[in-house]
Amino acid sequence: MLYIKCPHCGMRSQNEFSYGGDASVKRPELNKEISDQDWDNFVYNRKSLRGKHWELWQHLSGCRQWIKVERDTATHEIFNTLKANEDIS
Amino acid sequence: MQKYSIFNLVKNAFSNHDNWDLAWKDPTPKKEYDVVIIGGGGHGLATAYYLAKEHNITNVAIIEKGWIGGGNVGRNTTIIRSNYMYDENALFSEFGMNLWRKMSQDLNYNVMFSPRGIINLAHSDAQMNTYARRGNSMRLNGIDAELLNREQVREIIPMADFSENVRFPIFGGLMQPSAGTARHDAVAWGYARQADSMGVDIIQNCEVTGFEVSGGKIKGVRTSRGDIKVKKIGLCVAESTNVLAEKLNMTIPIETHLLQACVSEPVKPVLDRVVTFGAGHFYISQSDKGEMVMGGDLDGYNSYAQRGNLPTLQHVLTEGIAMMPFLSKLKMLRTWGGIMDMSMDGSPIIDKTHIEGLYLNCGWCYGGFKATPASGWTFAHTIAQDRVHELNAGYSLNRFNTGYLLDEKGLGTKTWIS
Repeated sequence: MLYIKCPHCGMRSQNEFSYGGDASVKRPELNKEISDQDWDNFVYNRKSLRGKHWELWQHLSGCRQWIKVERDTATHEIFNTLKANEDIS
Repeated sequence: MQKYSIFNLVKNAFSNHDNWDLAWKDPTPKKEYDVVIIGGGGHGLATAYYLAKEHNITNVAIIEKGWIGGGNVGRNTTIIRSNYMYDENALFSEFGMNLWRKMSQDLNYNVMFSPRGIINLAHSDAQMNTYARRGNSMRLNGIDAELLNREQVREIIPMADFSENVRFPIFGGLMQPSAGTARHDAVAWGYARQADSMGVDIIQNCEVTGFEVSGGKIKGVRTSRGDIKVKKIGLCVAESTNVLAEKLNMTIPIETHLLQACVSEPVKPVLDRVVTFGAGHFYISQSDKGEMVMGGDLDGYNSYAQRGNLPTLQHVLTEGIAMMPFLSKLKMLRTWGGIMDMSMDGSPIIDKTHIEGLYLNCGWCYGGFKATPASGWTFAHTIAQDRVHELNAGYSLNRFNTGYLLDEKGLGTKTWIS
């Protein structure tokens, strides 16, 4: 069982959360010429890192906020959590 | 190589079975090969076998980080089927079914292929309609399919929950009678033994640390047991695809996830088919040892851990008990996890890449085991001929760019959204 510290609610069990994937993926900017490759990278291509990985989770059965979580994908250790609008340093 | 036969079994009995040949050798890597296959799982071993058998390319090495058959080919639930609707998936899988049927003879190794049939249960009228459509598509592609009503399903699997007031009543199901199971380890060992006998070097405990690429061409591979010069590399590493792709400066449409499976304590024969729950994600069969073999959903977040978390297992087994209540009486014997290379449209990739001499085989999601022979056969063709075969033409890497997705189930990496 993972325990994730929601920046809004505190430490909660994994059961309350839903996963949203790689948090480092950025949507291409609107109103600009966007190449197919840019869209590919946004929609499909993923680094899927082994080790430390910033990812999005939603506290679905809690405050329903999206948050960012830094987790090790090989050991499941969680290092850090941020609100969705906070930048990854 | 000694043939496995009743004659040789009796002959060796007289010498206390001390004189059997090793099934495969443990060679030191050479300095140069024609083809290097990275990944000694089912697909890698099958690829090497078909390179030797179909294309006469025997100066081949399989490089495996751990031991052969220690990854997903030893961690799956052994289901073999071709019940797909899309032509690309159906024709590819059915080609594989034909290889499965003669595999034990072909490899001179009993893979215990058991075509016991698979039943996908339907729990609504709408689901019966989709199954009818899928069954018709399968039949048009020459695959056997039967639509069963509730009573027909009850005759085959009376232990399922047919009571009236359940949340997901059984309306019927779609059966592929020729689907089945096989002994997964034997598949890896059988391919390894034959490939080895034809001259393929199976190199275990050898980790790939980098690649030699110059002028857009593969020149060699760096490993923990020395550098190897090679012109063609087949990447066949499932869970490590992203890790090795990073060494090649490639980002690929794959996310790495964990899938759990489990077996119960062995019980007397009760279930002689593979059955899947239609209102969730759960599948079950009974092994020859009597264990109930079960699996279901991904854990749901990127993982390389090869071990799972309890909440998902609990969720999956709840579905199992909803489908077959007697399961609640069984003790769990073993649970384990395997790492899936989940592609973004749920279909695999067997293709060339932008680097000359680098071939990619990945994205098998849940369906890697059944695809072992067809994947090996088509990947060997792609490597040997430097062009894709019509059977794997749909499994292209650039389909995510062109939009020709093979989204058979409309599921990619986020399967829990369904």
